This record gives sequence, C-alpha cells and structure tokens, in this order.
Amino acid sequence: MSTTDTTRPRTRREAREAHGRYGRVQQAVNELDDRLGVAKGGRTFLDKIFPDHWSFMLGEIALYSFVILLATGVFLTLYYVPSQTVVVYHGAYRPLDGIHMTQAYQSTVNLSFSVRSGLLMRQMHHWSADIFIASIVVHMARIFFTGAFRKPRELNWTIGITLLILAILNGFIGYSLPDDLVSGTGIRIAYSILLSIPFVGSYLAFWLFGGNYPGDIIIERFYIIHVLIIPLVILGLLGAHLGLLVRQKHTQFPGKGRTEKNVVGTPMFPTFMAKTTGFMLMVAGGIGLLGGLAQINPIWQFGPYTDASKISYAVQPDWYMGFLDGALRIMPSWEWTGWGHTLPWEVFFPAVIFPGLLFNLCFAWPFLESKFTKDTGLHNLLDRPRDRPKRTAAGAAVFALVFTLFAASSTDVLANFFHVSLNVTLWFFRIAVFVAPVIVGFATWRICLEMQGGGHGMGKRKRALVVSRTESGEYTAVASEQRPGDGHHELDAEPVPRTVELEPVAVGGPRTGTTLDADAGVRRVNR
Amino acid sequence: MSTTTPGHGPVNTTTVGGAANGDVATSEVDGHRTSVPMPVGRFDDPHQQPLTRHPRRTEAFIAVFMLIGIAGVAAFGGAYWQNATPWILGVTFGIGLFGLGFGLTAWGKYLMPRGPFVEERHTLASEPDEREAMAAALVDRTGIVVKRRRLLGGLLAGGLGIFGIVALFPLLRSLGPLPGNTLNETDWRKGTRLVDINGRRVHKDSMMPGGLLTVYPEGFQNTDSGQAVDQTVLIRVQETDLTTEKGRETWAPTGYVAYSKMCTHLGCPVGLYERELELLVCPCHQSMFNVRNGAVPQFGPAPRPLPQLPLYIDSQGYIRSQDGYNQAVGPGFWERTNQGNGPGTTET
Repeated sequence: MSTTDTTRPRTRREAREAHGRYGRVQQAVNELDDRLGVAKGGRTFLDKIFPDHWSFMLGEIALYSFVILLATGVFLTLYYVPSQTVVVYHGAYRPLDGIHMTQAYQSTVNLSFSVRSGLLMRQMHHWSADIFIASIVVHMARIFFTGAFRKPRELNWTIGITLLILAILNGFIGYSLPDDLVSGTGIRIAYSILLSIPFVGSYLAFWLFGGNYPGDIIIERFYIIHVLIIPLVILGLLGAHLGLLVRQKHTQFPGKGRTEKNVVGTPMFPTFMAKTTGFMLMVAGGIGLLGGLAQINPIWQFGPYTDASKISYAVQPDWYMGFLDGALRIMPSWEWTGWGHTLPWEVFFPAVIFPGLLFNLCFAWPFLESKFTKDTGLHNLLDRPRDRPKRTAAGAAVFALVFTLFAASSTDVLANFFHVSLNVTLWFFRIAVFVAPVIVGFATWRICLEMQGGGHGMGKRKRALVVSRTESGEYTAVASEQRPGDGHHELDAEPVPRTVELEPVAVGGPRTGTTLDADAGVRRVNR
Repeated sequence: MSTTTPGHGPVNTTTVGGAANGDVATSEVDGHRTSVPMPVGRFDDPHQQPLTRHPRRTEAFIAVFMLIGIAGVAAFGGAYWQNATPWILGVTFGIGLFGLGFGLTAWGKYLMPRGPFVEERHTLASEPDEREAMAAALVDRTGIVVKRRRLLGGLLAGGLGIFGIVALFPLLRSLGPLPGNTLNETDWRKGTRLVDINGRRVHKDSMMPGGLLTVYPEGFQNTDSGQAVDQTVLIRVQETDLTTEKGRETWAPTGYVAYSKMCTHLGCPVGLYERELELLVCPCHQSMFNVRNGAVPQFGPAPRPLPQLPLYIDSQGYIRSQDGYNQAVGPGFWERTNQGNGPGTTET
C-alpha cells in the first residue's frame, strides 16, 4: 500500500468506517440489497425466534445425521463398485483370499481395509443411517404427543411421515449394497414379499429385479435408487419441511408471556446459530466415535453372497426393519388357495398390509383427531401429553405394538437366552402383540389422569419446611426462606433489539429488580 | 413489525442518551412506509446478559473444551497422515469435533444474550376478499377459457392420457421380462443327475445315513437359476424311518430323500439341519420341516411342505431325478397353481 495515497484508509478503523457505521458489512449488505432486496427479510430471518426446549433438538439430530450421511456417502461412492460380476478376491484381508465374490462385495471389503479412513467412513455411514431413522422416530413421537401436528401443520406432519418411510426404504437398500451373505438373504426376503402381493406381485418383482431372483442387475438398480433417486426426494422434502417450519414458525410450550400469537425464545443469530452449529459438530463427533469404536456390519465375517443356497444363523435385519421381521415371524401360516390362485396371507398381511395400515394411520391421524374432537382451530401452543390422555394413550399403544413386534424379531435369540422352547417365545409374542398395546394404552391413560390431578408446582423443587414446637407442645411448619436457584425466574420476553449499545449509559443505570452480575461490566467494550 | 408486544418491559420506553440512540428504524407494514421505532437494547439490559453467573469461569471452561477440540482435529490430521488404525481415526475425529461443538454450544447457551426474546406471529391467512378473488380467478377464467373450447380441452386431455399410458407401460415393461411360467419351473428334468456345488455327481455310496448335501441339476450348479430356484437338499435317512406318502413310494431310493431348499415362507435357504429330530430349520423365521414325513411344516410361518424331488439310482449307481418338481418351489404368489414342470401330479 502506498503511503502517499491519501484516499485510501490508513488505519483499520478508517477502513472499517469508510462506508458508514457498519463499515464493509454495510457495503456488502447495500450491494446485495440493491440487487436482491435482502435486507428486510434477511434481518427478520436473523431475528427468527427458536423456542428453548430440549425436545426441539430431536429433529436437529435427524437433520445433522443426514448431513453426515451425505458427506460419508459421497466418500463411499468413490470406491464402491455396484456390480454383480463375480471375481476372485486377492486383497488385504487374508481370510477371504481366493474366494469368489461379487465386485460389490469385493469393493466394500477393499474400501474397508485398503482405503485410508475407508472403514471409519463406512461405519460412520452405517451408524448415522441408524441414528437418522431413530431420531426421526423420536422427533415424530415428540410432535405427536405434544399435538404439534394440529392445524395448521398437518402438511408438515405428512411430509415428516413420508421422510420416515423414505429413510427406512433407503436404509434397507443401502444395507443390501455390500452384497454380503446376510443382506443377500434380506434381498431374497424383499423379493418374496413383492411376490406375495395379489395380481401384480410377480410382475413388480420381475420388473424390479429384471427377471427371476436373483438376476444380475439388482445391485446396480439398488445403487442408483440409494445414491440418487431417494436422496433427491429426501432433500426436496427436507427443504419443504424446513421451509414450512420457517413460514409457519415454531410451536411452543405454554409459559410466561407465550401466547398463540407469538414465539418466545432465542434469536437465530447469533445464539441459535452458535448452539445448533455446535450441536451439529457434536453429532458428527459422536458418530465419529461410534464409527471408530463400535464395529457395525462386519461384512467380511458374513462372507459373500455368490451362493444363494448358503445362509448364516440368526439372520436379522437392521433395527428399523425389526418390527416387520417380527410380524413375519409370529404370523400364523394362513395361505389361501383356490381357483388356480394363491394368496399368501402369511407374508402379505404382516409385510404389506400391516405397515400400510400403520403408516396410513400416521398420515391420517391429524385429520381423524380433528374430526373426532371437532377442533378445527389453529394451534401454536403445544399440549402437555398428560392433558390429552386419549391421544397419549393411543400413541403409547401404537408404540407398544411396534416395540412388541420389534422384540418378536428375536424369538430364536430369546429362546436360546432364556432356555425355553421356540414355541414358548412364539406364543408369548402372539399373545403380547394384542395384550401389550391394551395394557400400555390403559396404563398411560390412567397415569395421564393422575398427573393432571397433580396440579401446579409438580416436579419443581420443594422449599424446606421449618418445623418448630411451641412451649405448649404445638407444632408449626413454616416454609423456609427462598434460596438462590429456587423457582424459575424468567424475564419478560422482549423483541430482539435493533442494535445493542455497548457504551455504559449515564441515564438510568442498571435497572432494579434484575440479577445483574457484577462481572458483566468487565465485558463492556470501549471503542 | 408490530409495535405492541406482550410482556414489553420498561426498557424500550426509556430514552437513552447518545446520538445513535436517536435513530429510528423504519419498517414497512402493508405496503405503507411507516415509522415504527425498533427497540434499541442496552448492554446492561438483563436480556443481553449471559445466562451464566460467572462468565469468566465459563469462558475458561469453554476454552478448555475448544483446546481439546483443536488437539483432537490436529491429532486426526496426524493420524490420517500416519495411516493410523480406524479406531484412532474415529477417536481423534470424534473428540475433535465433539470438543469444538460442545464449546460452541456452551458459548451460545451460557455466554450469549440470555433473552428471552419474542417474535410476533402474524396470521398467514389472507383477507376474505383476497381469498374470493383467488377462487374467482380459478373458476371464472377457467370457465371463459376452457369451457368455450371443449374440443381443444378434450383433445389435450386425450393426448396426454394416451401419452401417459404409452410412456408408463413400455417403461415398466423394459425393466424386465414378464413372469410367464418362470416361477413355476426349475431346471430339474427327467433323468437329471444330482451334482454338488463343485459339479461332482452324487453316487449312492457317497453318503451315510444322517448325511446332508446341497445338490443342483448337473450343469446348473454355478448359475443364477441353479442357486436361486434349483437348490435342493439331499438327505440320507434310515429307510425304515421314512413315512412315505401315497404316490411317492419310489421317490426316496435307499433312504435318499431330496427336498427343495427354498423355504415356502419367504424363499430363504433352509440351511439348518437338526439331526436328532430330523428337522430342516429355516434360519430366517424358524420354520421347521419334518424330513421323515414329506417335509411337512412342524413349526413356524411356512404354509406348505417343501416340494419333494423324485429320485432314482441309475445303473452305474448315480442318483438322478425321476422328473422335475411337481409344483412351484419357494414362497407363494398369486399365479401359483401347484403345477410344476414335473409329473403333473398335484399335492397330496
């Protein structure tokens, strides 16, 4: 920089203030605003309020595990070969040396053992897929039990259910891509489930697999579905999910100063941005720890799936398919035959009809509820689950049903563990699948009613009682003095200020009745 | 922007000194530019204070986490450089990002303005006349434009409809062949020799009672169809133990009995053999089939017995199939008819 050039700012402060009070940032905002008109909307967006409640974080786990899925997934596509061509393995993992396998399996073993950080990326991908689906389910439970799906948010609820279905589908397909012995058996089962659909089943199966099972194209087709088609749809729906959230604003729990017509919490910038970005890093770090320390899907131990007549013991799918597997296990063998046709109810009901009913019930719930309660109003304040005992009981019953089916997918393992016969575990689950939802639903309903009776102050810290005895022997109990930390002193909510004056001001001074910290003064900035 | 806020404290009505504080932000409401003073905060406003009681201590605490995070990501880089084992990569990566993330989150939660802040929620719904205008635009304009041109509308709908059908069917059809009778057939024929996975023929002396072998039709042992639909399990049992069904008296010479290895439930290979009870067990959903008794399902969700392959021993002592399966193997499907490419007998 030339020292004789007087038009140029000489100090940093001059440079900063050349464009007004906010310097270069102001200049950038002006330039953008001239072209796109971003200032007003952008400012509103920076002020967007996020309610402070831990349960709002569950959806963030889903979002960030999806980000990690995309990042690690791109890495995996660089090394994975979607081909069912059979090759002979001569690679880094000696126990498989000389064994016939498909290129899909070979490339998965190679990227696990020969690519730097490959195993970490693959295990992180698998862990984040499991966490993605789990967090969607928990997030959905939060939305359901607090009534956040009610008008005006029914559309976002249905988008969320669609996302859950897509996530489960893509999880299953991705699980199948390594073409190992366990996932190959899973593909076989998926083919048979397609076959079980009346009228069109065999056509659907033949078109998806390009012929009779196994064919030579299913891995390629699963690959393009897994890395392109479903992720694109998920991305689009995710955008819509978040777009609707911004448009309709967050729901919030009732509380001080919170009404149907406002949102109280933390502004987008900088507080929420800091918290959520930090949380994204924590989710990534947690998945990294799992990927590094907790082995998942060690396909080199299962062996390749070139021989469809081989199978391993205790075949079980990933956890999110467990409820379907359990339903298949406990369904009686009711096959209908007649008029030259077969209707395999023992497959069609548990694997097609049942999940269809379950997810359609989820889709329809907001509309069913408003029909039965005759409530067509707009709702932005959340319900406490105990205040809606019937809904809470219904949700708990459905969860009990799905969890019972999930547990039923390990009848053989449970029989081994408890040293009982398979027959005992089978009949236990056949009965439990009807009884558990009833018991859980009824218990939940009763507990909700009990909790309603608890009234205010439940769950809050009790103040100590000072009991004293008078001379005449009479006892009196007086509440002790308020201690620091007792109760919950929430300030009145205020709009996010346009600007915050950093100078200490002469007038007014610290207002009374606040808990101003002496330390805070130190942090004032003097310009 | 609204000017009234519930729970509005006295802060913003207080006039504070300083030239900049006289600024009044303008805001646009319903297209009219009106002057709406946006609140100006002060640093000593409790909303601007951190949540923590001891900011300096908290800052030090957060700094420690961020230092751990920096150490973690640096170590991750080093470990990657040195091609360390996956668990070291994962731990350094995890600790690095978790440390930084925890620090940042704590910074946001404990050191940034504690609030709470409020945002008005404006109704999204339009005014009734605007709603009506939208509906009117849809209905009236359609009436004018389309209803007068019914011919064109019909032609367009017809054309697009035909295209939909024309486009959909070939698209599906090009994905794969039609099932035809494929699902009812296997490669077993009259006189087909039984071979193992390596193509070795099975001799009548090659197995002892209690032995089990997965067999294929000769020539199909390493093909897709061989492994998918032809796979058959050959078991030798004591001849006297067999309970033979009517019409199957000759199907199991010298105790050699062969069943399709595809489970009739979902097509998993029935790969487990419980020798003492002589049960074939499917590892997928625990269907059990009685080997001595025509592979009738004893337990589990399988609806049908495993189809039995009729065998005979040729003049040189090799085992061959009398014919194909007499019914479709594997799981049920709509077109399944109990008619295989075998002797044409129906299930007994």
